[in-house]
Amino acid sequence: MTHVLEPDALPGATPAVHAPLPPYDDVTRSDAAFRAFLHGLPGVDQVGAEARAAQLGTRSIKTTSKAWAIDTAISMVDLTTLEGADTPGKVRSLAAKARQPDPSDPSCPQVAAVCVYGDLAGVAREALEGTGIHVAAVATAFPSGRASRSVKIADVRDAVDNGADEIDMVIDRGAFLTGRYLDVYEEIVAVKEACGDAHLKVILETGELKTLDNVRRASWIAMLAGGDFIKTSTGKVTPAATLPVGLVMLEAVRDFRIATGRQIGFKPAGGIKTTKDAVKHLVMINETAGPDWLDPDWFRFGASSLLNDLLLQRQKLRTGHYSGPDYVTVD
Amino acid sequence: MIGNDRLAVRKTYKLYVNGAFPRSESGRTYEVTDAKGHFLANISRASRKDARDAVVAARAAFPKWSGATAYNRGQVLYRVAEVMEGRHVQFCEEVAAGEGLSSSKARAAVDAAIDRWVWYAGWTDKLASVLGGANPVAGPYFDFSLPEPTGVVAVLAPQQSSLLGLVSVLAPVLATGCTAVVVTSEERPIPAVTLGEVLATSDVPGGVVNLLTGAAEELGPWLAEHADVDAIDLTGAPTGRAMEFEREAAGTIKRVVRPPATEPDWTADPGLSRMTPFLETKTVWHPMGV
Repeated sequence: MTHVLEPDALPGATPAVHAPLPPYDDVTRSDAAFRAFLHGLPGVDQVGAEARAAQLGTRSIKTTSKAWAIDTAISMVDLTTLEGADTPGKVRSLAAKARQPDPSDPSCPQVAAVCVYGDLAGVAREALEGTGIHVAAVATAFPSGRASRSVKIADVRDAVDNGADEIDMVIDRGAFLTGRYLDVYEEIVAVKEACGDAHLKVILETGELKTLDNVRRASWIAMLAGGDFIKTSTGKVTPAATLPVGLVMLEAVRDFRIATGRQIGFKPAGGIKTTKDAVKHLVMINETAGPDWLDPDWFRFGASSLLNDLLLQRQKLRTGHYSGPDYVTVD
Repeated sequence: MIGNDRLAVRKTYKLYVNGAFPRSESGRTYEVTDAKGHFLANISRASRKDARDAVVAARAAFPKWSGATAYNRGQVLYRVAEVMEGRHVQFCEEVAAGEGLSSSKARAAVDAAIDRWVWYAGWTDKLASVLGGANPVAGPYFDFSLPEPTGVVAVLAPQQSSLLGLVSVLAPVLATGCTAVVVTSEERPIPAVTLGEVLATSDVPGGVVNLLTGAAEELGPWLAEHADVDAIDLTGAPTGRAMEFEREAAGTIKRVVRPPATEPDWTADPGLSRMTPFLETKTVWHPMGV
């Protein structure tokens, strides 16, 4: 007896809630297919990546180029405070600094966003009203991500309701490392849906992914699932945003745009403390992804202490003598 | 026994910054000769960026050093004198070669330098008693004044006296609880490099003393203008430049120690004159109990 199989009759064949952009629209059809796709990505030559990143770090950026780099970097900072001891007062003073990083120099650009925990997003939103500075909130049981999906979704909705227009989520590293890639993917899809109009940044926490191959795979999962940005780290784990990791992630966003036409942003976070580190990242973006990414819409620094160092260097260029920490605000 | 054909172990002299011995960021070196003009060594020539790094290190080291008890600071400084004593012969040879002194005069200079260091080590826990005190005020208050270290001190060390002069300007800065960025004698820097090795192997925390070999003429303006330097000692400033450095230092209201017209006799008793410029007086008004 012949039997015509109806597509919906297969057990467990729940239609995907979200299909990736073509040409990758079928890679998430099953766990096995997704694993095959991710493990089929070209392997990363770790030694080569480190050498390339080190080589890009040796570029000498001076005088007018340096002034441009400093102002560009300031305009790309996500000024961050993610401490258990955060208070509304601290968030308001951070917002004031975001609006006018250097009170002694009105020509100093404002930063891109203020990044806080979800419950303080409302305070930040109120303090930044009318400035064009974004309010980013970390959600999904940041920084560990160890909570059930419904709690994570509720966390995201709460942050969005409080006024966050950018959500920084963490991926489920436990699921990733045990090979349940589709779980990771579906969770990002669900969070993206909960974000509504808010931009979604997906934190890979590369310090816990161990290998650059894993960093590449996680980047692709996040991009396929509809993340608007991929972000290296929470800042709570070391190593955080190293240059080789940034290189691999920038290659991923570049390759993704070539294949699908959709541009994804990149945000290194954690461990970027000096102007020199920031300039190295700018060089790497320009050389790897291209100048299209040299814009606060497509590139951000997640940092807290970096801004003060950028301001000190800016003051040095303006006044001709070295400045000191007494001349910037203490956060 | 090792024969005469043994290859000489040539030494590369480096800077002493933040407890480590880096080369100059600029990669520059210069040749140092003895008093008769014979080649002695290649020395790192510090750049303004080395000076900047040294100030960052000195600033970072300040809370711990100034927060240590005066007694503890005295112990640490005395330990430096102990280690200097162990390097006595080396210091004598280097001072004799660099300054062109006879061995007995060099020995006298090294003895005086070590004794000077011990003398300043003894001052750490006496400054508060001598320079501070209770003030009689017409009100119901205990009122007392305390000397406190000012912060990071840039020192342009004497150009002639390479060890005794250096110790005479550096030890008082440390005794007060300040941290130091020192530009050594340009032509006679080797005893200063050895002093850096002494400091690294004694208990002085890294960053408390930073020794830059090179030209005071080049580094002086950067240190004088640096907004994170609290005081500058211009003793070794190049002839005719001290006034200019002082003017640059005024931009951030630094404390300035002016250079004498000619290099003084370092064997003379310095009194408190080299410590008081680096101390701020804090006065506390404490309500008196009924």
